[in-house]
Amino acid sequence: MSYQGKKNIPKITSDRLLIKGGRIVNDDQSFYADIYMEDGLIKQLGDNLIVPGGVKTIEANGKMVIPGGIDIHTHFQMPYRGTTTVDDFSQGSKAALAGGTTMIVDHVIPDPGSSLIEAFEQWKQWADEKACCDYSLHVDITHWNDSVKQEVETLLKEKGVNSFQVYMAYKDLYQMSNSELYEVFSFLGEMGGVVQVHAENGEIIAEEQARMLQMGITGPEGHVLSRPEELEAEAVFRAITIASQTSCPLYVTKVMSKSAADIISQARKKGNVVFGEPISASLGTDGTHYWSKNWAKAASFVTSPPLSPDPTTPDYLNTLLASGDLTVTGSAHCTFSVAQKAIGKDDFTQIPEGINGVEERMALIWDKAVVTGKMDENTFVAVTSTNAAKILNLYPRKGRIAVGSDSDLVIWDADAVRTITAKTHNSAAEYNVFEGMEFRGGPLVVICQGKIVLEDGNLHVTSGTGRFIPCSPFPDFAYKRIKARKQLAVLRPVPRGMYDGPVSEFSPMSRGGTPSASARTSPTKQTPPVRNLHHSGFSLAGNPAQRGAPTTEETPIRPAGRRIVVPPGGRSNITSLS
Amino acid sequence: MEAAVDGTKAEHLKWAPLADDMGVVPPEDEGSEAEWKWMIVQTAPYMEARPRPPWKLQWQSDRLLIKGGKIVNDDQSFYADIYMEDSLIKQIGENLIVPGGVKIIDAHGRMVIPGGIDVHTRFQMPDRGMTAVDDFYQGTRAALAGGTTMIIDHVVPEPGGSLISAFEQWRDWADSKACCDYSLHVDVTSWHKGLQEEMETLVKDHGVNSFLVYLAYKDIFQLSDSQIYEVFSVIRDLGAIAQVHAENGDIVAEEQRRILELGITGPEGHVLSRPEEVEAEAVNRSVTIANQTNCPLYITKVMSKSAADVIALARKKGTVVFGEPISASLGTDGSHYWSKNWAKAAAYITSPPLSPDPTTPDYLNSLLSCGDLQVTGSAHCTFNTAQRAVGKDDFTLIPEGTNGTEERMSLVWDKCVVTGKMDENQFVAATSTNAAKIFNLYPRKGRIAVGSDADLIIWDPDVTKIISAKTHNLAVEYNIFEGTEVRGIPLVVISQGKIVLEEGNLHTTEGSGRYIGRKPFSDYVYKRIKARSRLAELRGVPRGLYDGPVCEVSVTPKTVTPASSTKTSPAKQPAQPVRNLHQSGFSLSGAQIDDNVPRRNTQRIVAPPGGRANITSLG
Repeated sequence: MSYQGKKNIPKITSDRLLIKGGRIVNDDQSFYADIYMEDGLIKQLGDNLIVPGGVKTIEANGKMVIPGGIDIHTHFQMPYRGTTTVDDFSQGSKAALAGGTTMIVDHVIPDPGSSLIEAFEQWKQWADEKACCDYSLHVDITHWNDSVKQEVETLLKEKGVNSFQVYMAYKDLYQMSNSELYEVFSFLGEMGGVVQVHAENGEIIAEEQARMLQMGITGPEGHVLSRPEELEAEAVFRAITIASQTSCPLYVTKVMSKSAADIISQARKKGNVVFGEPISASLGTDGTHYWSKNWAKAASFVTSPPLSPDPTTPDYLNTLLASGDLTVTGSAHCTFSVAQKAIGKDDFTQIPEGINGVEERMALIWDKAVVTGKMDENTFVAVTSTNAAKILNLYPRKGRIAVGSDSDLVIWDADAVRTITAKTHNSAAEYNVFEGMEFRGGPLVVICQGKIVLEDGNLHVTSGTGRFIPCSPFPDFAYKRIKARKQLAVLRPVPRGMYDGPVSEFSPMSRGGTPSASARTSPTKQTPPVRNLHHSGFSLAGNPAQRGAPTTEETPIRPAGRRIVVPPGGRSNITSLS
Repeated sequence: MEAAVDGTKAEHLKWAPLADDMGVVPPEDEGSEAEWKWMIVQTAPYMEARPRPPWKLQWQSDRLLIKGGKIVNDDQSFYADIYMEDSLIKQIGENLIVPGGVKIIDAHGRMVIPGGIDVHTRFQMPDRGMTAVDDFYQGTRAALAGGTTMIIDHVVPEPGGSLISAFEQWRDWADSKACCDYSLHVDVTSWHKGLQEEMETLVKDHGVNSFLVYLAYKDIFQLSDSQIYEVFSVIRDLGAIAQVHAENGDIVAEEQRRILELGITGPEGHVLSRPEEVEAEAVNRSVTIANQTNCPLYITKVMSKSAADVIALARKKGTVVFGEPISASLGTDGSHYWSKNWAKAAAYITSPPLSPDPTTPDYLNSLLSCGDLQVTGSAHCTFNTAQRAVGKDDFTLIPEGTNGTEERMSLVWDKCVVTGKMDENQFVAATSTNAAKIFNLYPRKGRIAVGSDADLIIWDPDVTKIISAKTHNLAVEYNIFEGTEVRGIPLVVISQGKIVLEEGNLHTTEGSGRYIGRKPFSDYVYKRIKARSRLAELRGVPRGLYDGPVCEVSVTPKTVTPASSTKTSPAKQPAQPVRNLHQSGFSLSGAQIDDNVPRRNTQRIVAPPGGRANITSLG
């Protein structure tokens, strides 16, 4: 295999490892085999392996060995109005490893108006200095123009970024109009990128926020009251419409509510290429805490879209994750201290947004979904690791235990029980949104880049060992279907005789400022209708039900039982009117 | 039958004063050739009376008796005679005692149904210096010919112009030409705070209770989500109904450009650039905004399965939303956009477009029958071929609109009642009663009852007719239903108590149509809205003041805007959180299921849920 990018691994405590007697769990099957690792790669799988002497051996004793988790959504060290989130790349990736996650994908958020590439380099520098595990980067597109377009192309082709996030919320800051979204989606659809959306209707939120503040609601409960889940569902629906229009794969970050999840599963049933990402918080807790009388506690739950006040939401999302309607899980880990949250003590719109979850993600899903029988261990691997690797085009380097894959893996103890509390967690935040919850299942041993980072409850991590893993465009998982549909989606005009009848006079500028019902930049004045006489079919992509249905305009399909007086084809020149 | 008559009498007593509101009292003497002298008794706010030129008042017979028919209302059918006088229904029952010299119509074996209400027409609509060829005379004539005795037209003000002056303009046009009663929706084509007052005036003084906003027509009529939120809030406060033209104009504009770039300039480009998903998306968005603002919503022109599905789903969730399929979407499909005859293809241009999926009409008829869609209009807006040809080289310039006001009733009968999807009562509901209820005209319109307007038709369910441009009552050269055979037609049409269609002959009078004002807060729509707004009180949580450390913030580090949203009222009252200590419940409207559900009990909560009052110490 071609991905032996292990150039800059500073030191490996034990570069040869053998795991004996484990049950290997991939997303497709589980089997008993030993694993031999060397140079950060899995070299051999099987029974009775022949390995060099002096190899450190780990006895798995029949426990599961799973691919290390991939947290596809983090915000470590995120700058926010002059401060920075308390978990930097070191602290954050340490927490990730403690929870069994061996790779994180962080979001680069350029200031609107500034360079995407500069921001990307900045983030990469921060991460290279501090990250303890491998990482990749999404780049958020916070504004849109031709130079951004150029930068996006460079990032895709040269920098190893294949996913870009756009915002439908944060009016006047990050929010994009529908037209801009259309352009971004079309462009990324052509270039082989994956579009991620933060889906909430920012315009309505702004109106609702103003209304809440007018009513005198200034506490964290105003956050959720001004962002009802319908606004999330609406934006998801709109994003899907635009993505389907532009033949672009869509990825919805932070699925927080039942209604948003429902829209995604509906769209998938209709054939849309869309992936949904619930996060630790939406899978593990709910929005009732916004009404806590403890301001700091209530504020620690503030994130967007907000947690749903409906307490049945986590269970519902876990079910959809198990059924495959939702595809991947992230944490959206973005932690602020209480003092930072207190920026918004008199006005909930000023509270910095974000919650913890990178450390808890794997155990939480195991507890909520596997222990309850919603999903099996293989699906668990799929939603915590494999699917993410496929979307990022890193599969099978990541997300699978196979010969040639990176040796990022976890020996999972399905019986371990742990209570989550801010007193013992590895994050720097004072609050943990899962405080007091008891999770069954947890990592026993974590191996990252072929070395043991968690053993006997002790973390051995080294800041700066994490490598940037470039992602290439056109991931098969998303683009195979898109490509096939694009080949079908050829639109052709109908060859007709030229219209040579009378034409009404009209005043182009009488209605409003624009001449017609749309802004047009290219008023094509060629005369194509007379060309292409050989063929005149049409088909619509992404709508298999219609494929081929009305391909024959000569005999339009009519419901039976009607007499047709005028022949359907009509004449070729239509000067004389019937 | 006695009981039925009693019931209708009670109804009569309840709202009989409405008849006086019309402000006109015809004299007592009878006879069709009598000279009429009208006098203004009072000027009621909703029933502005206008003296009409006497030569237009050729009342053939102001006293009519319909004998032996089966009266069909939306709730039941029964056999009774109907006596009408002064354009009102005066008596219903058997063996009625009526004055002599009454014209008697025999309706044995036929149905008598309330006259149709076409909730959506655009007669005489101006478009870039052109005018739709069916004006109020031609249009209402066609409506009457098809069994529709009332139309509601759309006033389309120039963006930025005054709503009231546009309204007055439309009233002038309609008063001088309309042959049947009419009312007017007003379209809000641009938005600024000043329009709020105009809307209030229209509702309070001019009898308008419905306003339409556009989610399409970028840079012309289209409003942004924030503007729609504001318009909906105003509409709700006024007790009116928010109508939307639902299509995502931004995407349509992008798609139009792409299609033109591909060299597709013919009418097929119209439908290719407006896929039905774009319609469904806009419906979904307007449902969201309407829920948010607790405003009743009405979707005009439901053209596709997906849009209808979104409406049906929203209704299941409890949203107050109504869907209006039109004659065209119920009767034909979008495969004709690919016709090689340019003029024919162009005749089908309307927005949202007809769906190329040929199973759409059947689907929409089913949803209309099961009540997921409620009313039918025609969106009648006709341009002749020369006018359409303005867009001969560019489909985006083709003026939009299809015919349908004349065909609507027969189409719905043929597609729904003949096929067994709905019964005759549901037919009356979908073509007349529901519209009257939504727009607060019920039971004056939309019902055959004592005291109701004498707008009714004798319907023959067995006669068939082939629709053709050669025989229709319209000014356009094409009829989009050309060649369609429909079963069920009006035999006699009575409008304002006089016979306007008999034995296939139309006797209409230009200018005889009255403007019918509509009061706000229609019960059918607002009962639920009112109950919900009472529930939707939101309260803040009373907490101790936060007195812990606060991080320093650099004022404008990120671009120009300080926070993630614009705020118009920063609400800096300092002591807000400590007040209101007596109560701290919250409730969300429309989501009552969750209100009393406690937190799940599978997770142990270590910190007490209430927390402390002051939260300086962190747990």
